[in-house]
Amino acid sequence: MSSEDAAAATRTPLYDLHVALGGRMVPFAGYALPVHYPLGILAEHLQARSKAVLFDVSHMGQVRIDGDAGAALETLVVADVTGLPAGKLKYTLLTNEAGGIIDDLMLTPSGTHVSLVVNASRKAVDIAHLQRHLPGHEVRLLDDLALLALQGPAAAAVLARFAPAVSLMMFMSSEILRIGDVRCTISRSGYTGEDGFEISCPAQEAPELARMLLAEPEVAPAGLGARDTLRLEAGLCLWGNDIDETTTPVEAALGWTIGKRRRQQGGFPGDETVLRQLFAGAERRRVGIRLEGRAPARAGTPIQNADGKPIGTVTSGGYAPSLAAPVAMGYVSIASAAPGTPVSLLVRGKNLAGEVVPLPFVPHRYVKHG
Amino acid sequence: MPVIRFTQEHEWIRVEDGLGTVGITDYAQQQLGDVVFVELPAVGMAVAKGDPAAVVESVKAASEVYAPVSGEVIAVNEGLADGPELVNAEPLDGGWFMKIRLSDESELAEMMDEEAYQAMLRSLG
Repeated sequence: MSSEDAAAATRTPLYDLHVALGGRMVPFAGYALPVHYPLGILAEHLQARSKAVLFDVSHMGQVRIDGDAGAALETLVVADVTGLPAGKLKYTLLTNEAGGIIDDLMLTPSGTHVSLVVNASRKAVDIAHLQRHLPGHEVRLLDDLALLALQGPAAAAVLARFAPAVSLMMFMSSEILRIGDVRCTISRSGYTGEDGFEISCPAQEAPELARMLLAEPEVAPAGLGARDTLRLEAGLCLWGNDIDETTTPVEAALGWTIGKRRRQQGGFPGDETVLRQLFAGAERRRVGIRLEGRAPARAGTPIQNADGKPIGTVTSGGYAPSLAAPVAMGYVSIASAAPGTPVSLLVRGKNLAGEVVPLPFVPHRYVKHG
Repeated sequence: MPVIRFTQEHEWIRVEDGLGTVGITDYAQQQLGDVVFVELPAVGMAVAKGDPAAVVESVKAASEVYAPVSGEVIAVNEGLADGPELVNAEPLDGGWFMKIRLSDESELAEMMDEEAYQAMLRSLG
């Protein structure tokens, strides 16, 4: 990264460790983060699928809403928050009046507050939105915390050496546990399609904790590049690419995030549009596309149907290391959204043949029971 | 003796008897990271110095490769179709992109020799 970018970018608590590990630092959402380490994106990706990797995700917004905010939050998100037991995570969406997605986030209620983890690029927008609409609750950005993500099939065995209780945790649950002397909030969750944990700890403790985990033989550091290819293979959305304020949950194939009671009662912004689309369908839908050949199709690539008619646009695309093949996600007209539909992607004046396929591209391997 | 020259865009060309073999430098492949696809020009295509002649796709992004000289593409590295990783493993050798029959050898005079190219890399820090 240039010295100008470096000066403008905020450093996470692990910045010095990234540099010491040979991380190639780039600006991302205002933060200086490694896009990869000397191993490279492909090897880091494959390590996450075969063993375990550690990501620094301290750039993400850790937000705390004080008090019993469940019912109030239901006026802003699509999840059944009041029905969610303390210590359970829910992936949910903040919607706008048109049913568009302001952000996607993880939500965890506890007895005394609700914790959110939001996208780095949306922190300011989200917090302003929450503060405006939840006047009775204090909404705080916890910027004295770091966040580490240990991901991969070996993650549980590795972390259990330091915090044995993690092996009993269910996926999408959260516990406060000690690693050594450090009090951490550990959730069994992630953005890779693999089993894994996200560990929130005080910023000053993060470098030592990261070094400890990286010293385990199964663990390698991984950067933003592998984080992106892993989530793409897992069919997970990136806000700003695959979802934004103009895409609804139904169009984004995220209708499953709308709880049963919320489908019946609505009560979230844009509910009229979203519930109508849930019932009657939307005009377009986010789908997965497998391409013939090896050429990747990137975000922005036009998608055509078999007759050469434009039907949509790629929102995320690239090389899938686990499949050794290019894959893409994008929005297509509902008539072309069924798996098996042939499509073509226009890359540099050439039509690349492809086919709509179910998501995820690589099956999730979440551990349902501890 | 072949002559090796370099461009500001990190291509290399090795010229012998008016025939130039073109690739990207070790620095370029390191900057790109893992190469997963290379789009090569059609054999027989006429290129002018500085024209986009190939595309190299890393995991992260697509980058143009420019013709370092004017001439005709007389061969491309078919091995890259199934082995794009050769660009990372052997950038100056097995990872070559194309061979160009030079139409104007005087263009080489404007390009950097190895010493000048290494000096440019040092200036990039």
